[in-house]
Formats: sequence, structure tokens, C-alpha cells
Amino acid sequence: MATSTIVERPALVRQKRFSETYIGQWLTTTDHKKIGIMYMVTAFFFFVVGGLEALLIRTQLALPDGKVLDPQTYNEIFTMHGTTMIFLFVMPMFTGLGNYVVPLMIGARDMAFPRLNAFGYWIVLFGGLFLQSSFLFHAAPDGGWFAYAPLTECGVQGVNCIPATPSINMDFWALGVLLLGISSVAGALNFVVTIFKLRAPGMTINRMPLFVWMTLVTSFLLLFALPSLTAASGLLLLDRHLGTHFYQAAFNGDPLLWQHLFWSFGHPEVYILILPAFGIVSEVLPVFSRKPIFGYTFVAWSGVAIGFLSFTVWAHHMFAVGLPVVAQAFFATSTTLIAIPTAVKIFNWLATIYGGKLSFKTPMLFALGFVAMFLIGGLNGVALAIVPFDYQVTDSYFVIAHLHYVLFGGAVFAIFAAIFYWFPKMTGKLLNERLGQIQFWLMLIGVNVTFFPMHILGLLGMPRRIYTYAPDLGWNELNLLETVGAFIIAAAILVFLFNFVASLRQGQPAGGDPWDAFTLEWDTTSPPEPYNFKTIPVVRSRRPFYDKKNPETADWKVAVH
Amino acid sequence: MRIPLFRGKTRWGLLLLTLLLSSLLFAACGGNPSILNPAGPVAQDEANLFWFILGVATFVFVVVEGILIWSIIRFRERPGMPTPRQIHGNTTLEIVWTVAPSIFLFVVLVFTIRTMFQVDTIPTGGQQLEVTAVGHQWWWEFDYPTQKVITADDLVVPTGTVVHVKLYSNNVIHSFWVPNLTGKTDVVPGHDNEKWFSVDKPGTYHGQCAEYCGLQHANMAFNVIALPPDQFATWVSGQQQAAANNPQYARGLALFKSKGCTACHGIVGVNLNDFNTQPQTLVGPNLTHFGSRDMIAGGVLKNTPENLAKWLHDPQAVKPGNDMPNLGLSQSEVNDLVAYLESLK
Repeated sequence: MATSTIVERPALVRQKRFSETYIGQWLTTTDHKKIGIMYMVTAFFFFVVGGLEALLIRTQLALPDGKVLDPQTYNEIFTMHGTTMIFLFVMPMFTGLGNYVVPLMIGARDMAFPRLNAFGYWIVLFGGLFLQSSFLFHAAPDGGWFAYAPLTECGVQGVNCIPATPSINMDFWALGVLLLGISSVAGALNFVVTIFKLRAPGMTINRMPLFVWMTLVTSFLLLFALPSLTAASGLLLLDRHLGTHFYQAAFNGDPLLWQHLFWSFGHPEVYILILPAFGIVSEVLPVFSRKPIFGYTFVAWSGVAIGFLSFTVWAHHMFAVGLPVVAQAFFATSTTLIAIPTAVKIFNWLATIYGGKLSFKTPMLFALGFVAMFLIGGLNGVALAIVPFDYQVTDSYFVIAHLHYVLFGGAVFAIFAAIFYWFPKMTGKLLNERLGQIQFWLMLIGVNVTFFPMHILGLLGMPRRIYTYAPDLGWNELNLLETVGAFIIAAAILVFLFNFVASLRQGQPAGGDPWDAFTLEWDTTSPPEPYNFKTIPVVRSRRPFYDKKNPETADWKVAVH
Repeated sequence: MRIPLFRGKTRWGLLLLTLLLSSLLFAACGGNPSILNPAGPVAQDEANLFWFILGVATFVFVVVEGILIWSIIRFRERPGMPTPRQIHGNTTLEIVWTVAPSIFLFVVLVFTIRTMFQVDTIPTGGQQLEVTAVGHQWWWEFDYPTQKVITADDLVVPTGTVVHVKLYSNNVIHSFWVPNLTGKTDVVPGHDNEKWFSVDKPGTYHGQCAEYCGLQHANMAFNVIALPPDQFATWVSGQQQAAANNPQYARGLALFKSKGCTACHGIVGVNLNDFNTQPQTLVGPNLTHFGSRDMIAGGVLKNTPENLAKWLHDPQAVKPGNDMPNLGLSQSEVNDLVAYLESLK
């Protein structure tokens, strides 16, 4: 053993793990901010898909006897437009925003269940791709976004509606919706626990930002409303494939069972789509008015009231199905009641900007546009609660006008307010103001040109979901006008996409607090570090960051909360 | 900071309002199936409610948007503006604007419920006509059980009469809607829905299925044809007859029997003995008095010899997905069938 050999070893260079590469960081992340961004990007992708579907619909209807789409394709497109916009755009967009913003707003380091959070996201992505992939098989769902049975389970049309090897179109829908429901329940549970358990010291329930409040109410709505949809689509699948007859009148089932189950989910769902928007507007208006929200308690609790009432109004979607008159009177009353807390919110927003110092940055423009447009959606909504008038306009274009003023004039405007407001926090860069303003005005004009004439078409007797119409019914000019409006909206979205890409590359640096805002998410770097805050802030009022910046006039000194 | 683009806001508001008002006027006078052009008491009640809610909504709209726009202009940020007072709320105001809309909405609700009972109660007494409207995919059949008459696409009724419509479907959900005469009631399998309407003056009123019912939902229209009572009586006695057997059209009749038409269609005096007003005895429309009808195949075409020829050549080209197959008829066969069917007045 005179000589000892030294084993040559290659220099120890630790290989990068997959989870450390750029792609891997995103694919394996459990950080609420990264997941939030993935949710939002995915949702926006589906917004573009659903928007293209809308353009196809409007192109087909631009002229009478349109020949752009055949009837089957048209029916698939309008079904997927509704399904995509609701389940794959607005819902994941709000989940994404909540994911990003809620933990920051309450001074937490992450969501309560980070892995569950990631799970929820991946289900949305693959559930969405699953639904859209139906187009590749020429089997896109064609039963409308509320999928009324027994139409959705008829194999043979014209004779007794009996499920006989039906085509798989509606299976895509039922399974897709079930998948997305799993994701929503996971997300909602996560929000509830996060908001109840992870608030920074001093942030009592009554000091939470209103966006957090509305996310909390929305999460409860999801938890209690989704089981009904799950049951409904489960029974639909059983009817379609295992020979049960839940919705089959010929076998003592009942087609109206579907409608009751679906709308018991469907009406809370409407508020799931709009309550977070209320939350966004309640954050943006105060900051750009340089005032606190007016009537915090009333804004928060009117949201809770809407949440409760939303479970009592479902049959106002069914006034024409022949319910007993007394039942209709009940649902007309509950629907009228739900308008009261909604009105209270609008008045509080007006009072918030009243006496303020308004700066019209793009987020503020969209928030003000939201108030102006949502009001129209509220008023024509009250009109729809007037049962005898509803007999005339339900299932007509009047309803299409109503739901688009609520969901486009409402939810989408709020979403853009949120994107322009929080983009600097997420990326460290500001979106371009000039382009934002151009986009806003194009959208405001586009929305009204597209959706206002729909009221009139409804009054003129145009039913919804028709792929064509005869030229002699007096509907031609307004339909053409709406199509022009739809392309104006499309132009606005193109401006946004350009703005997004350009600002990501060379946007103005934002700094931690570009808007001189009030809430905790601005009291950290942009974008925040993975752990969010160096030290967990201590909260003494509803506007903790305002207090920190204005120690002399801090809320906790002058106002009691 | 001042944004020049913003000054246009009031102008746009004004423009919108003008658009709103002018288009409503347009809706009220023009247009065939407008609900603001009622031709019977039910539609009249429903239209009155519209004008009422339009008034209320316009008032709220003007006040709220007015305050919004005024605040936007009045409180826009100007150089040297001080920090506004930090007002957190005011309970009195909150109570006021909770109670105020409640009163408004209560009034609306009272009108709603009162009118609802009015239009939902089928009047007894006076002239009555009972009709069963059968929703097929995708056309309407109308059965007159008392008169023993069956028709399709045209619902012929006398003026000044309570038309009591029973709604029947054994396939999917449809919805019966004649904007000038009455709002919708759904035709739900397994549910005995019914409704009523009455027509003030003679005329033709556009009706259409309003619940999405599949591929050709768009082409499921019908006409309500209101006749003075004496003309209606004449129409009924004509419709009660079996089909005329005119030897001039024997070739068409032979084709009707030999080409498989009878599998789905019935003609009283040819392959049917009488008008069986039990709904859904045959898949296709009863053709006994086909020539007297206004429309073909759920209103997809007007009933003219040219259109009927087009339909018989290839029904799937005219209305894709309907139950009638392409029978591969030659030009002369089509001509013979057209001549025969159009003779069935």
C-alpha cells in the first residue's frame, strides 16, 4: 500500500432541479401570487376564446338569413360562448385576483392550503381545455349554457324524447362543469379558511378590505350553490348513460326538476360573478377619490344580504314555465327585495366619490364605468322581476341585454379596473395610461352600441338563441348595429393586449405604491417577495397603509372601528 | 390632472338618451311582432306595465347617472385642491337610501302582482274557443277538439273571443309566444300548462317558439290569424270536410300514397278516416287542408307553389335537421305533388 490513488471526481456542480428552472418554477409553484397570475392569464385566454365565439355569433346575425354558420355550429358556438365566459373567464379571473390580492390585503404570507390552491388551478386549466377540445371532435356542447333537460338528453328528436345513444356533445358539458366545480369548491374552501384564520394581528373581520369581504361571501355562495349543479349534472349523466329517467316526463320524471336544480345554483352563481366586482369597485373608488369608502358597514353587510337573498330568487328564471301564481308572487317579491341592498351599494359608491378629489386614472375610469353600466343592468333587472312583463321579454333579446349589462358592463369593467389597478403590484410596471383611456372609451361605446339595442329587439319580439331571422320582422338595422358594436369591443381588447405586452416589456416602473393607496398589499415591494412582507404588519383600522403614511390623521385616531 | 377625453361624457350621455328615446318610439310604431303594439287585452296589460316600469326606471336612471356625472365634473382633481374631508359614513343617509328604493320597489311590486293575477286568470263566460297547441320539433300543430279540426303553422281564431290554449309537448320544452297578443308560456312535457288571449281586431300576428328546442329552434314560427266570427265559422266548416277527391290531381294523390308520405302525414279521406284531435298521432302535419295555410314547415317558407316545390326537392336543404327526408323526387313528380297539395284548400 505504498501508493494511494486519488479518485478523480468531477467538480461538484449541483444540477438545477426542474423546480428551479424558470418553467419549473411556474409548473410546480404553490405561491399564491404565481398561482393567481396563472389563473388570470388562463382566464384571459378563455376570455379571448369566448370573445371570438361572440364575434362569430354577431357576424352570423349581422344580416337576416345569415349563412356564416350552419345551425348546428351556431348552437354550439352560443352554448360555448356562455359556458366559457361564465365558467372559464369570470369565475377563474376572480379566483385568480382573489388568490393574488387577498393574502396580501390581510397581511398573510400565503393561502391557507397552498397545494390545494395549485390543484384548483390545474383543474381549471385542464377542465377548460377539456371543454374546448370538444370542438376538435365536432362534438361541442349544443344545449345552451343552462343545458335544459330533456333537450340535453334526447337521442331521437320528433318522437318521444327518450335517451337513445345521444351524441357526446353534452357529456363534454356535464363532465367539464363537474370538473370546474371541484376546482371552485377547493378554491372557495381555501379562501374561507385563509380569511378566517390568517389575518394579520389587529385585522378584525370589520377591518377587512371590502374586496376580501366580497370574496368571503362569494366563497360561501360557491360552497352552498355548487352541490346543486353537481347533483343536476350527475343526474343528467345518469339519464344519458344508465337509463334513469329523472328528467323524463314519459317515465314520471320531471323536466322542471332540472330547472329547479340548475337555477338553485344558477342564481347564486350570478352573484358569484358580480360580488367580487362590487369588492373591486369598493377598493378602487376610494383610492382615486382620496376618501375612505362611504358606509363601510352597509357596503359589507349589503353584500352579505345579497348573498343570503340570492338563494331565494331562483325561480324568477322560470316565470314562464307555469308555476302556481302564489309561488310566482313569492319569487317576484324576493327578487324585488334583492334590489334594495344593491341600490344601497350604488348610493354608497356615489357618496364615496361625492366631495372627493377625483383622479381619472384608468382603474378609476373603469370603476366609474362600472357604476354607470351596472345601474342599467340593475334597472332592466327590476323590469324582469315584473312577472307579466317578464312573460313578454323572458327568453328574448331583452334578457340578453340585461345579462350583458350586468356581466360585461358590470363584471368585465370591474375586471379591467382590477387589472389596471393591481398590474403594477404584480409586475412592478405601470400599464400605459393613454392606451388604457383609449381602451376604456372604446369599450364604453362598444358596450352600449352592442347591448343597448338588444333591449329594443326584445321588445320587437326577437327570441334569443335563434341562428337566423327573416328579413321582414323589423330586426335588421339593430342587429347590424350590434355587430358593429361587437367589433368596437374587439378593438378595445386588442388595444389592451398591445398595452399589456408593451408595458410588460417597457412599462414605467411602478414602485411599491403607485396610487398612494390605503391597503396592505401596497405596503410591500412590487412584485412582492415570495414571503410577501418582511414583518407582518399590525392593523389598527380599515386603512392600515393610510394610517402608516398619515400618522397625524390616522383612521384609528379619528374614527372608531 | 385633467383629461380632455373626459369632457365628452355628458355629450355621450345625451346621445345615448336620444338613442334610447328615438328607438323606443321606433319600437312602439314599427315592427310586426312588437310587444308595444298590442292587439288584445293580455298584451295590453303587459305593455302598460312596460310603460310604467320604463317611467320609473328612466327617473332612477336620470337621477343616479345625473349625480354620477355631476360628481365627476364637480369633484375632478384640480391644481391646488386640498385633501378632501375623510368622511366614513352617515347612518341617517343610509336609512334614507334604504327606505327610498324600498318604497319605489313596493309600488312596483303591487302593480306586478295585481296584473299577474289579472293575466293569469282565464276568464269564464263570453265567447270561448278551446285549442291545443302542440309543440313538435320544429313546428306547431293546432287541434280544435270541439270543432274536430287540425291545422299546422296557422292558428285561426275569431276576434273578441277568449282563446283558451292548452299546451302539449311530448318531446322537449317549447314556449308559446305571440308578442302582439300574449307573453310566453312554456310547453313542458308532463305539465298541463294553459294560457289565454283574445284578439281585438282581425289580422295576422307573428308567433314563435321562445324556448331553445334544438337545431331548428329559429324556424319554429306560426301565425295567429284572427277572423271576424262569421268568417271563422265559414273557415271551420271548410276545415271539417274531408279532402276533395279531384281526378285532375290523381297523379299527385297516387304519389302521395306511393312515395311514403303517408308514414308521417295524414289526409282525411285518403289515409285517415276522421280528424283525430289527440295530439301526436302522426309525426308530420295533417295535410287535409294544406292549400289553405299561409306557411310551410314551421314558417320557414311562405306557402306558394314555387316554395313547396323547393321544399319537396330537398327539405334538408331548406331546413337542415328536420324530420322529412329527401325523397329523391323527379321534377315531374314534384310538380304533380305540388299541384295536388296546393289544391287541398
